[in-house]
Amino acid sequence: MSDEKQMLEDLSQQDYKWGFVTAIDADTVPPGLNEDVIRFISAQKNEPEWLLAFRLKAYAHWLTLEEPTWQKVTFPPVDYQAISYYSAPKQQKKLDSLDEVDPELLDTYEKLGIPLTEQKRLAGVAVDAVFDSVSVATTHQDKLAAMGVIFMPISEAVQKHPDLVRKYLGKVVPYTDNYYAALNSAVFTDGSFVYIPKGLKCPLELSTYFRINAENTGQFERTLIVADDASYVSYLEGCTAPKRDENQLHAAVVELFAHDDASIKYSTVQNWYPGDKDGKGGIYNFVTKRGLCAGDRSHISWTQVETGSAITWKYPSCVLKGDDSVGEFYSVALTTKHQQADTGTKMIHLGKRTRSTIVSKGISAGKADQTYRGLVKMGKGAESARNFTQCDSMLLGDRCGAHTFPYIESQNASAQVEHEATTTRIGDDQIFYCNQRGIETEDAVSMIVGGFCREVFKELPMEFAVEAQKLLSVSLEGSVG
Amino acid sequence: MLTIRNLHAAVEGKEILKGIDLEIKPGEVHAIMGPNGSGKSTLSQVLAGNGNFEVTEGEILYKGSDLGELAVEERAREGIFLAFQYPVEIPGFSNAEFLRAAVNAHRKHRGESELDAFDFADFAKRKIELLDLDPKLMTRSVNAGFSGGEKKRNECLQMTLLEPTFAILDETDSGLDIDALKIVAKGVNSLRAPDRSFLIITHYQRLLEYVVPDYVHVLAAGRIVKSGGKELALELEDKGYGWLGAEFAEAVPGGGEG
Ligand SMILES: Nc1ncnc2c1ncn2[C@@H]1O[C@H](COP(=O)(O)OP(=O)(O)OP(=O)(O)O)[C@@H](O)[C@H]1O
Ligand SMILES: [Mg+2]
Repeated sequence: MSDEKQMLEDLSQQDYKWGFVTAIDADTVPPGLNEDVIRFISAQKNEPEWLLAFRLKAYAHWLTLEEPTWQKVTFPPVDYQAISYYSAPKQQKKLDSLDEVDPELLDTYEKLGIPLTEQKRLAGVAVDAVFDSVSVATTHQDKLAAMGVIFMPISEAVQKHPDLVRKYLGKVVPYTDNYYAALNSAVFTDGSFVYIPKGLKCPLELSTYFRINAENTGQFERTLIVADDASYVSYLEGCTAPKRDENQLHAAVVELFAHDDASIKYSTVQNWYPGDKDGKGGIYNFVTKRGLCAGDRSHISWTQVETGSAITWKYPSCVLKGDDSVGEFYSVALTTKHQQADTGTKMIHLGKRTRSTIVSKGISAGKADQTYRGLVKMGKGAESARNFTQCDSMLLGDRCGAHTFPYIESQNASAQVEHEATTTRIGDDQIFYCNQRGIETEDAVSMIVGGFCREVFKELPMEFAVEAQKLLSVSLEGSVG
Repeated sequence: MLTIRNLHAAVEGKEILKGIDLEIKPGEVHAIMGPNGSGKSTLSQVLAGNGNFEVTEGEILYKGSDLGELAVEERAREGIFLAFQYPVEIPGFSNAEFLRAAVNAHRKHRGESELDAFDFADFAKRKIELLDLDPKLMTRSVNAGFSGGEKKRNECLQMTLLEPTFAILDETDSGLDIDALKIVAKGVNSLRAPDRSFLIITHYQRLLEYVVPDYVHVLAAGRIVKSGGKELALELEDKGYGWLGAEFAEAVPGGGEG
């Protein structure tokens, strides 16, 4: 990430601080969750009545739910009453210097070639912002606005485009969807809102990097992307550098809505802090991501490269409602050390001739455990729908695990589902061959793994792909020896 | 260059090499022939340092020092190259990037600057032409989906790129058509120099018409049972291994009748 971008994000914190001057006495609520807290959040954000009602309904529903336990991950119970659900956006406790940061994390920054100031920002060390750089973001914002693109924090969109937000919020992921989605709907504090007008192919890749106020969206982030008829957008989420965060639990919701002939490409490179070598301090990432291909011939594509988190629980999914709509899921998930991941996707085919492709590449090393869980559902109306699933696991060493659970439900005899799965180990013969050419074992491993992931990497925007490859190499260091 | 003394090696507890002695001087080309399963590839793997093979007795000196001290990649960077009998595939990883990584590992070891993708492409171009290789092979994954002959040529390309001091070719000529065979020979001959040596494992004397060896050895049941000049290869081609009679029978029980 460039200095400029970094400065922007620092600046955005400044901004927020000033913005909240009046609320300074009440910028955090005590830990715990109840209706009053939700009313407080809503009031702080000056939200319209309907949004408060949405939050309260979600909360009431959440109370009736139990934390899911079906996923193949284990962790100590989360105390939801110990979390503080609102603090003024500058919520990360700042450290005074890099000396207070986990040395292993710093080592990783070093290897990824991240500049010092950027390292500080990521690790949560206070940095001064430079004011000039606001112009860069503004330029992008102006360009986008001129084209009719709306790209802003969702809390701002609630104020400026209430009707649009109201029309789509919760339509793809209703608050009743699952435990974490209900919680998110009740207490989300911020996130991004994107609207692409009819017929527009958005020429910029939208990334939170150049969205002002991108930082500190907190643990309950909410993203909503709407692509109107025949529009196109590519959205990038995340950052290759591991992020340290005070908040252990992250329960984001991402909703994508594609109208007729619209196309949304959503790419994520996520590298949350997995915890120290004993797995302490890592992030729990329980996110609900879903895209609705509402319109005919619409297209939604999820690409993700996940290497972080202590625990990951996510299933970016597509509901293929429009006829001839297309859903894609390309995923690389790497788990090392003590990480646990239960990921996969759901492709729900409702419309005629809908097509979906799933390519999942899982890599496990160390004592990590990884599960792929995929559901392909062919509804009654899914005439001649097709799915192709390719699910490959690679194991490094013999103390890690990989599990595959493909679920197929078909209510339409004309629909076709194809599933291929492989499990490989990095071969000694492959490493020996590389070594014989003078190549170090660690480099050999990253070549072999990189080759294994190529089908997914090529779906990523170019520079993201390069970063992802580098990230993988760094994450794999010391995994084979 | 290379001195092998009383080398015994085992795989999975089974002794395969049973006392090999061999002296290869700088500039020499040695050929090794011998029946299937006699231990030729085992010898080549042991020289390259494959950990699956255990040296149980004897020693290998390379440029005067104990080869056993060096890791596989160190041996490689010190100039030992093995063209594999069965080249390994790395699906999804570009051949060009692989070759560049190999070349750069060697350059780094010699204290030279690493080549970027463009410099490497220029460097590789001449060698690709020399070996009459389809440039498309560079953009494909390492050996994945290559035909048998393409794999062998790719080994040969790697050899010419890395310019080893001691190259072992394990049946690099097997499965090649006659034109490809000449190309491999060209690759070897282009490298021949007073300070470079070759160990060529082959079943056919055909390659040896183009790359003329100084010595030919017969390996049988883990021992070198006969050594001679280049005429020995012709004789073997003509008569098979049976005529080796007494010596051969001693190494391979029942081999005398074959
Ligand atoms: N990894 C291994 N595990 C078990 N046995 C092995 C292994 N590698 C080689 N061997 C055995 O060692 C013996 C010698 O094998 P090697 O490959 O060295 O023969 P070779 O002379 O190269 O034969 P060919 O002419 O067929 O290539 C054979 O009996 C073979 O089965
Ligand atoms: Mg052999």
